[in-house]
Amino acid sequence: MGRYVARRLLQMVPVFIGTTLLIFLMVYALPGDPVRGLFGDKGGSPQVIAALRHQYGLDQPILVQYWDYMKGIVLHFDFGTQIASGRPVTDVLADAFPVTLRLGSFAFAIELVIGIGLGVFAGLRAGRAADTTVLLITLLLISVPVFVLGFILKWIFADELQWLEPNVNDPSNYGQLLMPAVVLATASLAYVSRLTRTSIAENMRADYVRTAVAKGLPRRRVVSVHLMRNSMIPVVTYLGTDIGALLGGAVVTEGIFNIQGIGGTIYQSIVRREGTTLVGLVTILVLVYLVASLLVDLLYAVLDPRIRYA
Amino acid sequence: MPDMTKSDTSVAAPDAVDVAAPALQVVKSEKTRSLWGDAWQDLRRNKIFIISAVLILLLLTITFFPGWFTSANPAYGDLSKHYLQKPQLGKVFSAEWLGYDQQGRSVYARLIYGARASIAVGFGTTLLVTIVGGLVGMIAGYFGGLVDSVLSRLVDVFFGIPFLLGTMVVLNSFPERTAWVVIGALGFFGWTQLARVMRGAVITTKQSDYVQAAKALGASTPRILFRHILPNTLAPVIVVATISLGVYIGSEATLSFLGLGLNGVSWGNDISDGGNQIRVAQWIMLYPSIMLTLTVLAFIMLGEAVRNALDPKTR
Amino acid sequence: MTIIEEAFVPSPRDGEDNGGPLLEVRDLHVEFRTREGVVRAVNGVNYSVSAGETLAVLGESGSGKSVTAQAIMGILDMPPATIPQGEILFRGQDMLKMSAEERRKIRGRRIAMIFQDALSSLNPVLSVGYQLGEMFRVHQGLSKKDAKAKAIELMDRVKIPAAAARISDYPHQFSGGMRQRIMIAMALALEPDLIIADEPTTALDVTVQAQVMDLLAELQREYNMGLILITHDLGVVADVADKIAVMYAGRIVERAPVHELYKRPAHPYTRGLLDSIPRLDQKGQELYAIKGLPPNLLHVPDGCAFNPRCPRAEDVCRTEVPALLGITAQDGTELVGRASACHFRKETIDG
Repeated sequence: MGRYVARRLLQMVPVFIGTTLLIFLMVYALPGDPVRGLFGDKGGSPQVIAALRHQYGLDQPILVQYWDYMKGIVLHFDFGTQIASGRPVTDVLADAFPVTLRLGSFAFAIELVIGIGLGVFAGLRAGRAADTTVLLITLLLISVPVFVLGFILKWIFADELQWLEPNVNDPSNYGQLLMPAVVLATASLAYVSRLTRTSIAENMRADYVRTAVAKGLPRRRVVSVHLMRNSMIPVVTYLGTDIGALLGGAVVTEGIFNIQGIGGTIYQSIVRREGTTLVGLVTILVLVYLVASLLVDLLYAVLDPRIRYA
Repeated sequence: MPDMTKSDTSVAAPDAVDVAAPALQVVKSEKTRSLWGDAWQDLRRNKIFIISAVLILLLLTITFFPGWFTSANPAYGDLSKHYLQKPQLGKVFSAEWLGYDQQGRSVYARLIYGARASIAVGFGTTLLVTIVGGLVGMIAGYFGGLVDSVLSRLVDVFFGIPFLLGTMVVLNSFPERTAWVVIGALGFFGWTQLARVMRGAVITTKQSDYVQAAKALGASTPRILFRHILPNTLAPVIVVATISLGVYIGSEATLSFLGLGLNGVSWGNDISDGGNQIRVAQWIMLYPSIMLTLTVLAFIMLGEAVRNALDPKTR
Repeated sequence: MTIIEEAFVPSPRDGEDNGGPLLEVRDLHVEFRTREGVVRAVNGVNYSVSAGETLAVLGESGSGKSVTAQAIMGILDMPPATIPQGEILFRGQDMLKMSAEERRKIRGRRIAMIFQDALSSLNPVLSVGYQLGEMFRVHQGLSKKDAKAKAIELMDRVKIPAAAARISDYPHQFSGGMRQRIMIAMALALEPDLIIADEPTTALDVTVQAQVMDLLAELQREYNMGLILITHDLGVVADVADKIAVMYAGRIVERAPVHELYKRPAHPYTRGLLDSIPRLDQKGQELYAIKGLPPNLLHVPDGCAFNPRCPRAEDVCRTEVPALLGITAQDGTELVGRASACHFRKETIDG
């Protein structure tokens, strides 16, 4: 096991370097200039701009910039400086990350409970009307774009019914986070329930389930002990990769509900062409994604004893 | 109620062993039955497939012949047509049918002309990712070894960046976002999924006996790839491509919402604009939202129906 | 002995109170509704097993032998399967009329089943100790610890070496023969009255087949259980079975005590099966094979289902379904335990 983890960590290094380089190139090689953007339409004096560019190392060749940047991360945990405010990206992150983490975890919990619940419900009734109904609901949920759902929920629950706050003023208040979390979770929830449903319906026909029934086990036990664990294996894989998608989706959700999290910050830095902030934030997201996929792999071994890690 | 999972019932059917023999005989007596033939038989009776196919045909007609559906100009704003006038639901297919937006433009006309953007981006991106992803996946899966390792890491690299974020960064660098630019940006990050699907399918097919036999008979690599392997990997690729077509249409709209989508008439832009008026004039965003959702839904349903029809396990 | 016993007590374990057979299947029909039409998988099957007796049910794939067994166990998927008519009497009580809960309590405890493919029939993610112990925990309410001890005992009973050390291993870590022993152990756990073994040795190597079969026969004698042995392999049957029922296209076509069947088959299908066994004394000769394919259950031939493949078929075979009737010897006495569903049963049995 230890050796497997070490090998996976080693494999992650080129992926991490590749991903950060890609985002670095996208941000810096494509047209646009963050320093010029600072001065708006008036434009600063060329000397000032040149000085600032030099200060942030923007006058260097791009690979040199990348090298210095990675060195900063590895040696000093320095993710660069936000040009607009002059604050270190790690500070910006420290403000925004907990908010998104709370929103993301809330959404993840909703996705887990409702997604798996609906999937099990439908899978156990495969082919019947209840299954078809769940299928149509999930397909609809997958099809409604997040921002449409956000607008509509906001209109119904905040404007018309006035049950919920339209915007999140206090991100530590889970009542206020409910609506954004539901919106963020919706599409993933539908995928999770589809996957669970398929997996359950398929395993229902497995020989070992038939054996469990033939042993005279009560149905509840057949489902919870024999069926569930086998069926959760593909779902866990999806959940692992979905953590990244949730953080990415936060860009839209946080925009709609005016939440000052990572998504909002990323959106701001894209629009303002704040390269350093953007690269720093995306690097963190990539790290989260890589760690999540490693954890999923290890969780596999717990769920399925047939998998051996050499 | 449409019953898409009908196939599941008949599958759970008899124990596989005992009815295997009659099934074999059926194949013998009706020579025409193949995977695709069976799937087609299945689809013809599937209500979800029929509904989605009709919807998609309608959308394509709207895309290519918007003039058949409305004579109004989607870009023409008549400020005397105030957006607080309610839609006149009785006047079907007229400019005032679904009301006007903030600038006095006909919501209905914009609905019709907006289809073009979504369909173009959806089909264009799907075509791009299927070719690029399919090729990369096929090469990685067939040659294996170092080639596979390098290509798989490359896929991992692209997969590590959240799809929406990546496209946002790329699109933000282009002040003028034509359909080509949007397709390129979506495709740049979208090809990885198809590459993974194709790689998996090729690896499975590669190990099958008939491919080994073709190799043993000395068939050339391109011949094995295109004659023997490709046809057998099409099923999963088509399914994933159809479903992602819907997803790309949704993504394009989301990018429009973020102000990073296509310039010009598009449902995403209209929903985004209408969202601000939702308290007073819901229809401005509601109708394009319905159209958008239906479009995405149609492609996802089509993909699901084809998947079920092609999957022998659910049969 | 347990809580469950109070809820359902059909009869005490050893009291053969009604004197009748342990299990009796009467005119059982099973149908599957598929898209292509209704498949009549079982079409009026009758058979019975007594305590200590072994009934072998013989037939090709699609003959309905496994479906009958699954109907007895109550593990058919309904729908698509339906049982339009018939009775399955266990100790005189019709199980088809029982509640789901009553049937569940019979399953595993009084009637147990051994499946063909032990690898796929055991749960891959649970240890064998857990799967064996589960029987005691669920049916007898034993604690985890006691159940584990019982499981080790069981694994010893079926001669798995180093049972205590292997109790926490998973199914994939055992060899095919050992896995089938675990299946047998699981079926035996609660010392049921009847065991149904569905092709228990088909998936195994020939050498292992004999060991597993011997073990099963030995345990059956020891516990005086009824055994229904489902197989398509005539070779397996001869040593262990008391009587044989041959099935074809959902019906029983011949019934006989085991040795008589081998000596003098009374149905052309049985004769064909016997002739297609390779024999050392006929080395060099071409092996006999029954011509044609098993019938398509959606379109069973009119008359006798076997007629298109039968060397003896005449016009009556294409129009009239032959009933399963007793056979009289040439001297006019009834042959005990024998029956055949052939219009020419007498001619067949005599040569």
